[in-house]
Amino acid sequence: MGFFSSGFSGRGRSDNPDLPPGQYLTESFPVLSAGPTPRIATDDWEFTIATETGKVHRWNWAEFRALPAEDVTTDIHCVTSWSKLGTGWRGVSLDTLFSGVETSAEFTMAHSYGGYTTNVPLDDLLGGKAWVAFDFDGEALEPEHGGPARLLVPHLYFWKSAKWVRGIRMMQSDDPGFWEQNGYHLRGDPWLEQRYW
Amino acid sequence: MSFSPAVVSAVRAETDNSRTLTLDVDGWPGHLAGQHVDIRLTAEDGYTAVRSYSIASSADSKALEVTVDKLVDGEVSPYLVDGADVGDRLEVRGPAGGWFVWPGTDDRPVQLIGGGSGIVPLMAMIRSHGDAGSTAPFRLLYSVRSPTSALYFAELMRRAVDDEHLRVDFAFTRETPPDWPTPPHRLTRDTLEESVYPPEDMAEFFICGSTPFVESVANWLVDAGHPPERIKTERFGGIGVSP
Repeated sequence: MGFFSSGFSGRGRSDNPDLPPGQYLTESFPVLSAGPTPRIATDDWEFTIATETGKVHRWNWAEFRALPAEDVTTDIHCVTSWSKLGTGWRGVSLDTLFSGVETSAEFTMAHSYGGYTTNVPLDDLLGGKAWVAFDFDGEALEPEHGGPARLLVPHLYFWKSAKWVRGIRMMQSDDPGFWEQNGYHLRGDPWLEQRYW
Repeated sequence: MSFSPAVVSAVRAETDNSRTLTLDVDGWPGHLAGQHVDIRLTAEDGYTAVRSYSIASSADSKALEVTVDKLVDGEVSPYLVDGADVGDRLEVRGPAGGWFVWPGTDDRPVQLIGGGSGIVPLMAMIRSHGDAGSTAPFRLLYSVRSPTSALYFAELMRRAVDDEHLRVDFAFTRETPPDWPTPPHRLTRDTLEESVYPPEDMAEFFICGSTPFVESVANWLVDAGHPPERIKTERFGGIGVSP
């Protein structure tokens, strides 16, 4: 390409086909949050899905944990360029949570304890692609990583996997969430490097 | 947003382990204090590596300066700290980030809390505050191992003297300057409360540092009655190890 940074040879050449463009591997699990970590007792926790008609589906912690759960092994990709491969989670599929929900809206906004929001098209939540996860590596999910439960949408950049998730609201249009209003891409596909808009 | 070519136009050692690079970017649009840039290095064989760095320069200066701390197992930071010379080329994407920023448009009190190299985006805010002649009450609490590992130590001391609207407190965790009034100490819940604005001052908080540092400080502030919505955090950590 004719352009190079003199004296830079690089270290981490990886032919790993699981690594999206512009990403590098990490073994650790960095934390990125916009503010303090909310502390939510499972006694106070609930998860809701609100449709465009105003109907609200609710689960408290016991009801949520009584739903069928799945073990998920997946790669995660943060927009700040780290990727972590083969991470182990346990959670409830969004297909399960949406099984009794009637909606014709195509977009969703995930809402979190602490006020965080992120927009995700419904298509990206259904079809075995997304979970509300409560275990990481066989242990209850730590608060700083989003416990008691976080959204897990691993095929999109990890800011879409909202920590401390408390509900999903259906939307007719793809309105931007928190980071999306602050310069990040509306959809965030790591394989297309959709980092910023 | 795409990458633009940049040339290293100046380098300045900050500590044994870090330095500041001035980057000339064609058509640089300017930035807000607190924003970051992505820097892309390209090896001769076309291999590329990208990392994000906080901007250190004042929003008023229109210049792009980043201060880089060398990570022991880093890939990009050792090149930027030890390798890059004036005239070397790299690429820059940005500025990015619209949340952890001080826009400088009001006079509300601002409390900055930095741990280690987490001072960098806060320094951009302090410089912008000073250069703009802002009268917003600014206060910095900087937790760092020792005077020799503190970034911008002399400039912070000078700005604290020159600017009546800026107060700077250090928490040296291992070693203090000679004749320092307090012995080395780690920040605790109590020493934190003594060194920051109380909740009734309605200050806006910016905290930047490693994850354990930010996690502890933010939790203590919330426990002390500071509303979470006035606390903005930025964390680095987990990626590489600072010596």
